[in-house]
Amino acid sequence: MNVIVCVKQIPDPAQPGELDPSDNTLKREGKLILDESDSYGVEMALQLVDAAGGGEVSIVSMAPNGEVSGMRTALAMGAAKGVLVSDAELAGSDALTTAKVLAAAAQKLGEADLIIAGTESSDGYTGTVPEQMAEVMGLPSITFAKSVTVEGGTVKVNRQTEAGYDEVECPTPAVVSVTAGVVEPRYPSFKGIMAAKSKPVDTVTAADLGVTAVGWAGAGQQIVDVAQAPAREAGEVVEDDGEAHLKIIEFLEGLKVI
Amino acid sequence: MGIDNIWVFAEAADGAPTSATLELLTKARSLGTVSAFVVGDGESIAAALGEYGAAKVFSTGDLAGNLPGVAGASAMQAVIDGGDTPDLIMFPQNYSGRDVMSRLSVKLDKTVLTNNIDVTVDGDAVKVTTPIFGGEQLVTTTFTSGGPYLAAFRPKSFEPAAGDAGAAEVVSAPVPDLGATGGAKVTAVHVEESTGPKLDEAAVVVSGGRGLGEADKFAMVDDLAKLLKGAAGASRAIVDAGWVPYSMQVGQTGKVVKPNVYIAAGISGATQHMVGMKGSKNIIAINKDQEAPIFGVADLGIVGDVHKVMPKLIEALSSRAG
Repeated sequence: MNVIVCVKQIPDPAQPGELDPSDNTLKREGKLILDESDSYGVEMALQLVDAAGGGEVSIVSMAPNGEVSGMRTALAMGAAKGVLVSDAELAGSDALTTAKVLAAAAQKLGEADLIIAGTESSDGYTGTVPEQMAEVMGLPSITFAKSVTVEGGTVKVNRQTEAGYDEVECPTPAVVSVTAGVVEPRYPSFKGIMAAKSKPVDTVTAADLGVTAVGWAGAGQQIVDVAQAPAREAGEVVEDDGEAHLKIIEFLEGLKVI
Repeated sequence: MGIDNIWVFAEAADGAPTSATLELLTKARSLGTVSAFVVGDGESIAAALGEYGAAKVFSTGDLAGNLPGVAGASAMQAVIDGGDTPDLIMFPQNYSGRDVMSRLSVKLDKTVLTNNIDVTVDGDAVKVTTPIFGGEQLVTTTFTSGGPYLAAFRPKSFEPAAGDAGAAEVVSAPVPDLGATGGAKVTAVHVEESTGPKLDEAAVVVSGGRGLGEADKFAMVDDLAKLLKGAAGASRAIVDAGWVPYSMQVGQTGKVVKPNVYIAAGISGATQHMVGMKGSKNIIAINKDQEAPIFGVADLGIVGDVHKVMPKLIEALSSRAG
């Protein structure tokens, strides 16, 4: 069984985010890491291929620069190869364009039984790309998976809902988006990290894939203003001296909650 | 021209429109003529939808096991192809809303703008406001590609209020043949029962985070929530760690809560969490790290060990109750 996983390489979320004042895009200078929410998809794919007893996991990603360090993490976990769509023209792309580009990159990799993605990225969190990719590729999809199994051409998913979860079945090929926690991602081993250095990553442009009108030209949106949100004032901060719980009770009494 | 024909993606839960649906209808009717689009049985909730401003209710009827995304988007496209083209479609930022809007954006080749908290109309232009970096900054974005404009709004962005309009006209909008894209079918539905008030409706919310140290200690959060007749919530860190179910997650990817009192126990205040609780009227934080960002938004901050403060607080409240 062959599985393609869409991953995003993002600035380290531990660092405070910043917008580029010239074009209001998120600053993406320096090293980019594998989005943690994509590590679940990579792990899920590796386990499904293992369970199927053969096949491989491939990675697709898109970036306005040639950055591959995040993709290398996925390769070190055990993915076999990758396609990076890297193109300065991609800067400013909206989610719809991203979906078109990733769909074309997945098609370049050839027939896959499953295409897996996270539910949303940790930096842009639009949360529409997996379902948009499915529509671009004319495939069925199951979003918000909290468990995934594949049996003889059918993918079975427990899909998160507002009230609980639904059991959903779908013939492959299909697109599945997985929630964080669907599986516990492995840490890349030293051997994996060394092996990843020589695994193939094919770098192409959007035009190579036949996707045009990308970046600002294709985005159906324009940022017109960025403002500081009204700040919430910090209140009283006290050190616990063993009696701090009384402070909380007093506060709750003041609000007539108790 | 101008923006007049507005659709609201409407949903029901327990036989009544969801609060997200009523919030969007309330906002939509201040902008133009409103139709509610129900992906499911619209007939049974049409009266309530009319009360909140829908002049028309599109109803797909039962989805027969199809997932809402592809079924809803295909039904919407069929109505649009039939000549009824909305200027703006407002979706809730939730499971079904996201899926329908994503499929529809490809069908119509239109961009979608998600995670919004406000919308304004100026002539033909529609502008939406989106909080970024955990709500520190507000970005205003306008659509440039022509309608229908597709936008999703975070829960609790608008205050729901019934209007004085009459009953809504119900129009059937059946799901067309979905072909290969309709391959996914629901085979069983599971509802997770919870006791006490709902997390996003409770007047008091007590949430726990990584600072609790281990899964067993979440019992303190449950106990305190019960004593205050509130709901228990959690940070993404401990949901990902499998301590508590996803339905308890407060934050960007979980529930947005705006209770009277929010108590954060052992939560540092990552932006992902803050965006889900910053709108609370009163915030109490207990954390041992005095540099934790949560103290920047807390009305009362306790720098201390949750394992010491919480048991004393629970004991003191229990003795009052008893």
